[in-house]
Amino acid sequence: MNSYVKLKTARKNGRPTGGAYVENIFEYPIELHGDRRFGDDLAIMGGVGFLEGRPVTFLAMEKGTDLESRLVRNFGCPKPEGYRKALRLMKQAEKFHRPVICFVDTLGAYPGADAEERGQGQAIAESIMEMMGLKTPVISVVIGEGGSGGALALASANKVMILENAVYSVISPEGCASILWKESSQENVAKAAECLHITAQDMKNFGVAEEVIPEEFENFPQMCHSMKQLLIKTVDELSALSEEELLNQRYQRFRKFGIFEEKKGGIFKKK
Amino acid sequence: MGFIDNIMQKVNGSAKVACKKCSHEETLSNLEQHDYICPECGNYFRLDARARIKYITDRNSFKELDKGLVSKDFLEFPNYQDKLEKARKDTGEDDAVVCGTATIADNECAIFVMNSKFIMASMGSVVGEKITRLFEYATEHQLPVVGFTASGGARMQEGVISLMQMAKVSGAVKNHSNAGLLYVTVLTDPTTGGVTASFAMQGDIILAEPKALVGFAGRRVVEQTTKSKLPDNFQKAEFLLEHGFVDAIVPRPELRDTIAELLTIHKRSV
Repeated sequence: MNSYVKLKTARKNGRPTGGAYVENIFEYPIELHGDRRFGDDLAIMGGVGFLEGRPVTFLAMEKGTDLESRLVRNFGCPKPEGYRKALRLMKQAEKFHRPVICFVDTLGAYPGADAEERGQGQAIAESIMEMMGLKTPVISVVIGEGGSGGALALASANKVMILENAVYSVISPEGCASILWKESSQENVAKAAECLHITAQDMKNFGVAEEVIPEEFENFPQMCHSMKQLLIKTVDELSALSEEELLNQRYQRFRKFGIFEEKKGGIFKKK
Repeated sequence: MGFIDNIMQKVNGSAKVACKKCSHEETLSNLEQHDYICPECGNYFRLDARARIKYITDRNSFKELDKGLVSKDFLEFPNYQDKLEKARKDTGEDDAVVCGTATIADNECAIFVMNSKFIMASMGSVVGEKITRLFEYATEHQLPVVGFTASGGARMQEGVISLMQMAKVSGAVKNHSNAGLLYVTVLTDPTTGGVTASFAMQGDIILAEPKALVGFAGRRVVEQTTKSKLPDNFQKAEFLLEHGFVDAIVPRPELRDTIAELLTIHKRSV
């Protein structure tokens, strides 16, 4: 499957969305609403529940499953209040020493005038910075689209997993195509998707994701059961670390990213 | 004349420059004395990294760190290599940020300045690595950080690795903050995308230059999404101040003194 087909697959209607994973993986989930500052953004659902008896906080981007719920969920494009709700619940998880499990699925943070007014950039910046210092294990699973900074705001985690046909990208292939070739025709978008290296396999190669999870949507409960086992194993491994080790592991996980050359004194000098 | 952003044009090859806004012509030395603000219309000229450092830090106090980090076209992305080579040639710099230590009115600090002349100061591996190293250095040496941001966002030519720089730098900012150290950001025109959504907005104190464009999503995209006319000051520094996202808008001639006072206020007693 090429990158463009994967992109289409990741966005396909009928693909399970965040809420479905919450329902199938956690026991007795209770949804908790609101950022206590402005409102409640349903593009991100959050709450508490049990993972095989272990108390956890969950956060799930939710695109909606039909037109009505998609409108309510703003098609899974979070606004600042969504990120602030997520951060509130992450800080709460830290206070009560429970792991955080995030499901990431967004085209990107909502690019509307209201979102800009309320500090979309600031909300994402704060979420990433606080996640980098969160004193409790964080695991993120990219289940569909990992759209840029809006996705990273819930993926600055100790471990990142990605479904086999999910994608993760610095910019949407459409956005990239329109910058590069001034036109986001299907052909250009497909080319951009290829250039950007957005597939789950690319993420594994870069070390951006530790695990690629096979998709078996025809037997979704079974797939969630397997994912649950992997989450339990990972939660237990991370919970065994000291606070310092946990923070250091997350820091080093991101510290390693960067491909460049180092030349003493620089090679490019002014004439 | 390469040290001023291309918003300025050479006039007849002489040492005069023209304001892009009102076309007023001014000699370079006069402009320097006018804080790189057009004496005719008040337009702020964009400064590149070296000009900014010269303008803001004490004479001969700047010591550059991590020079020589060079971007690689590891995805073989269309035109990236050409873009890099052109930017290096045009600016004489390795990449889009200059980092080091300096004093500002005798206050020691670590400083980074982004250079919008280098591929719109987009953030790839090199920008992320240099700023991360600067925060690590500042944490180790107990120094405050002063950062001048300007950026078109993450550098798409380095794919998801550029995106990861946002978390990498944020981790280093967090450690620096946990060590009780001050971080002042100065938002300059234009600061957008992944840089706004990470270290530009993570300062303890966030200053902005007048009328600087600062936002997350691009204006055109917002217009398409919102389907209504945006106010003229949309995503300008004044708009951010009004909505509570910057501490102060500081006119350029007052910037140096303001930063110096902030550094002094946060100086630790020995």
